[in-house]
Amino acid sequence: MAEIDKRVRVARRVAQELKNGEVVNLGIGLPTLVANYLPQGVSIILHSENGFLGIGSEPESGKEDKDLINAGGKPASILANGCCFDSATSFAIIRGGHVDTTVLGALEVDQKGNLANWMVPGKKVTGMGGAMDLVTGAKKVIIAMEHVNKDGSPKIVKECTMPLTAKEEVDLIITDMAVIAVHSDGLYLLEIGEDITVEQVISCTDAKLILPTGHIPIFGEEGSKER
Amino acid sequence: MAKICTAKEAVESISEGMSVMIGGFLNVGTPEGLVEALVEKGVSRLTVISNDTGFVGKGIGKLQDHKQLAKVYTSYVGGHPAYSQCMESGEVEVILVPQGTLAEQIRAAGAGLGGFLTPTGVGTVAAQGKREITIYDRTYLLELPLSADVAFIKAYQADTSGNLVYRRCARNFNPIMATAAKIVIAEVEEIVPVGTIDPDQVMTPGIFVDFLVRGDIEHGRDR
Repeated sequence: MAEIDKRVRVARRVAQELKNGEVVNLGIGLPTLVANYLPQGVSIILHSENGFLGIGSEPESGKEDKDLINAGGKPASILANGCCFDSATSFAIIRGGHVDTTVLGALEVDQKGNLANWMVPGKKVTGMGGAMDLVTGAKKVIIAMEHVNKDGSPKIVKECTMPLTAKEEVDLIITDMAVIAVHSDGLYLLEIGEDITVEQVISCTDAKLILPTGHIPIFGEEGSKER
Repeated sequence: MAKICTAKEAVESISEGMSVMIGGFLNVGTPEGLVEALVEKGVSRLTVISNDTGFVGKGIGKLQDHKQLAKVYTSYVGGHPAYSQCMESGEVEVILVPQGTLAEQIRAAGAGLGGFLTPTGVGTVAAQGKREITIYDRTYLLELPLSADVAFIKAYQADTSGNLVYRRCARNFNPIMATAAKIVIAEVEEIVPVGTIDPDQVMTPGIFVDFLVRGDIEHGRDR
């Protein structure tokens, strides 16, 4: 499966988790794609941690506003119902539980729901930005990523080895291969991707997965459906 | 009452080793004219407090380009490639702070608070050396206020009393920093007579602002 298709599959599936009217913060990269695949009738309010609600579509070339970027530094637009605020308010929205869902990528996520996504030891240091606040403060944390690293090694591990972003905050992991829920007693395999087998998911996952007793739903281009 | 002056005059009192808060988020809402004046002044061993450390040759990044920094409190250094190396060599002490914690530390200082409790960073490296306090079964980190000698802020509009209005997400850390430093210098795109800005629209009360500098409105994001 081509990289782009994998990413679209993940974005489509994540989009189905979002409910009408939710306040959502989408991380940089794959999570940003989620906004393009919202189901019909679902409208969400996007939060940008640099200080506004109501992120609109990317402005056309030449129509950028010097005072409007998204949290990744790209030119942004603001919707008619949007509003701007300072960073303390922005993080009050985040930490105070006023963001319903945040969608972020991961370097590693483990079976306790620990997340590492801000620093690779020995590599260039960038800083955590707003990630620690988002993962700690949002009501629901969805990890959207490819199931394995480029070298095929698992990203869903027994225990994170890289510096954590937050402890035990992840609720749901959505990859090109599987949808996995994090509960206090472990990781529950909920769905598998179209053309993927349960065995493949297990072999690409370092953490122990709790399997469903009956048939397992599959998801793909159309999102989730019963097999 | 805020004094209207040039960027060069505004930074006159800044000397080696002082701490400077600088507003902006990835250079949007960064008072570039004030940073430039600080570069021209050449003062070194500065402590800078800012959301991020900017880019090479742009905004806050220039202070690193000219090796004027001793210490930095920030949430993100990823835009400027020199920092990773500086952190390793110890040339600049970089204190990485979660963005919400940084904003609240500054807010706490400006609001006269002795600190605050945040759940952010519990169980991570951000908790190192900090006191953990449990309230109603949830663990929090005790974070302390963060103030500075000087704050460089950027606003869209000021009246001659120093009342400020920000535009879009160029607001970010600016209004918070305006409350947390001994000297506050605001670089603005436009200075209007008092009475022009409706009192209900003022975002930073003029009493926080010591110096007003008319910036170059062409200074925008064009990196």
